[in-house]
Amino acid sequence: MTSSALSYCAPLGEVPLLEPTAWRAELLARLEQDFRLITLFGRRQQETVQVTAVLEDSQGGFRLSRTVFLADTGYHELTSTRPELHCFERELHEQTGLHIAGHPWLKPVRFEGKEQAVMNSYPFYQVEGKEVHEVAVGPIHAGVIEPGSFRFSCLGEQVHHLEIQLGYQHRGVERQLLQRDPRLLTPLVETISGDTSVGHAWAYCAAVESLAECETTLEADVGRALALELERVAMHLAGLSGLAADLGFLQGATTYGRLRTTAINTTMRLCGSRFGRGALRPGGVNLQLSPDLLKLVDANVALLRRDLVSVNELFLSARTVQHRLRGVGVLPNGRAKELGMVGLVGRASGIALDARRLVHTGAYQLLPIQPVVLVDGDCWSRAKVRVEELDASLSWISAVLAHHANWQQPRRPLQSLAPNHIAVSLVEGWRGEIVHCLETDGQGALSHYKVQDPSFRNWIGLALALRGNEISDFPICNKSFDLSYCGHDL
Amino acid sequence: MNSFKSLRVRVAQGTQYITDLRKAVPTGLRGRPTISREPCAADCSACQAVCPTAAIRQDPVAIDLGRCVFCNACAEVCPSKKFDFTSEPRMSGREPGDLVVTEGAESAIRVRACATFARLFGRSLKMRQVSAGGCNACELELGAIANVNFDIQRFGIEWVASPRHADALVLTGPLTRAMQAAVRLAWDAMPEPRFLVAVGACAISGGLYDGAVGVDRGFLQEVGPTLYVPGCPPHPLTFINAILDLLGAG
Repeated sequence: MTSSALSYCAPLGEVPLLEPTAWRAELLARLEQDFRLITLFGRRQQETVQVTAVLEDSQGGFRLSRTVFLADTGYHELTSTRPELHCFERELHEQTGLHIAGHPWLKPVRFEGKEQAVMNSYPFYQVEGKEVHEVAVGPIHAGVIEPGSFRFSCLGEQVHHLEIQLGYQHRGVERQLLQRDPRLLTPLVETISGDTSVGHAWAYCAAVESLAECETTLEADVGRALALELERVAMHLAGLSGLAADLGFLQGATTYGRLRTTAINTTMRLCGSRFGRGALRPGGVNLQLSPDLLKLVDANVALLRRDLVSVNELFLSARTVQHRLRGVGVLPNGRAKELGMVGLVGRASGIALDARRLVHTGAYQLLPIQPVVLVDGDCWSRAKVRVEELDASLSWISAVLAHHANWQQPRRPLQSLAPNHIAVSLVEGWRGEIVHCLETDGQGALSHYKVQDPSFRNWIGLALALRGNEISDFPICNKSFDLSYCGHDL
Repeated sequence: MNSFKSLRVRVAQGTQYITDLRKAVPTGLRGRPTISREPCAADCSACQAVCPTAAIRQDPVAIDLGRCVFCNACAEVCPSKKFDFTSEPRMSGREPGDLVVTEGAESAIRVRACATFARLFGRSLKMRQVSAGGCNACELELGAIANVNFDIQRFGIEWVASPRHADALVLTGPLTRAMQAAVRLAWDAMPEPRFLVAVGACAISGGLYDGAVGVDRGFLQEVGPTLYVPGCPPHPLTFINAILDLLGAG
């Protein structure tokens, strides 16, 4: 299979189904070894809850394991031992009602379903003391952005604790994904997190293609990677522009902003949408990749590379930028690992995690892309990772275009999906790993669809990185993490 | 030293604004569709079967842009090649019914100018954006109207942080249940005269999330929008032209 998405597909019968105690012991043992948790989710079936854990080995191979709990009895929490599981266990409890004994913080992650009734009354953590005050922000923020609620507990200007409450964007994506023919879901998938349309579309396509045993071509894979890297370039430019605006460096804001226009207009020339809507479809791509248009892409990429040199030099050497970003919002390596940070946030804290490095076939095998890893974990590192990833992605696009001048290939038709199968796919979007997990029933219709945006894991990183910082540092910390609200709220 | 670096960046920046926002057409955009009079194949309803938002009617064939997500699926399956998505960005309306494109209709969809709106807001319009389940695509495009390329401030139109300073509430997303109270608070905080703008298929009709479990469109049914701006997401020029048409400007 020629695909740059990491994927796994097997009949349901082949997924190891373990006794609860054995499942728990195996999961903890593997996490102690060289395995990493990709996702963990549950499905309610009357009085029981079936829980699935997906682990990744250091080579990008997936290992699944399953168990079944009685919903009312449940199990004893794992978060105290493995803090990176906190959001998964909270979601598991919220989505299935599974009892999880002893969990330190079972607050709903997005207040879906019946939990919504308690959204406004659920208590925030409180710091006690005579001089302590709280600042509440949201759900509506000052800018043209998505909603979420932030509660700062402060002593003077210093933030002692930040609690982030999300769920205001909850539309019910996962339920909505089960309503239609599973081969026609791209438009919906593209709105899971609209700024990552290509990333989510790719994860979806890879999963349904493996379920339908549809082999994609190298040309299609390169087309997808081209769209994904253009999306990364556009959103890194948007992020740097926003960061520059938030620290009052207006020339950076306007220059990165207009370069983003060039990037998204390039995407529009290839697929009709500035956000890559419609660029990917199961079975291939819907991109115009004729030699003429690729020449235009090449010219635009050359312009971006040329102009980025001078604006990066200006931005990174400015004392005001350095002063505001260095040492602010630090997420040290140890803590980032403990919390299971992924994507650019992880890489800025020294976690060398990038799925593009692990693929054995397809576009990134043809032309490898080196992950950018920095160690300090501050706002500066997160900005610097984006600056360097811009460079890496643009060089990669140039190299692909130089390698071959025509990547046009027709789409392959998709047959029906294999019944009683499970597929997991993982794509390195601009924020980090996007995971989709699909399960079919006896008729080949979807019976379960689990979506995971990297923001789901990374929001807690922002909350903890703000401790000890000033409240006025919040906007730049928030912008440096640049997480998705709707991708989290689903 | 830094001033030289700054100058270099300024020179490279050049002049970025689009001179005529009223006439500009974005090359490559999948914008306003047209439907030809070519007869449908016998018993064919392929376009309706693939449409993700039930935006297509037959006899005569028509697309409701208030539902359409511009995915091009209908154009791809139609054996009679009736559908063509053009690069035209102008397609908003004052009523949901204005947004229906019917086969053979060549006339442009334009927002009728309103003398009252022109008098009240023609020289200064402040807008507050609220996302209620928007996926950040509409939000990014609305943010872009104020960037160096589109520069809507040239018309005295601006985003403001507080609803107290706003004349228009610009809503994106299908309206999630969890945002009901906040949206209502923002609306109630706005001084009159005020108006509501629905941006994107989600806000106009629920779009891909029509009937979704987390969605409650009660507020929109109660407070009807004055302006409907279709798209998924709408191009900045779609929004800008809708507003300028309404104000009878430029």
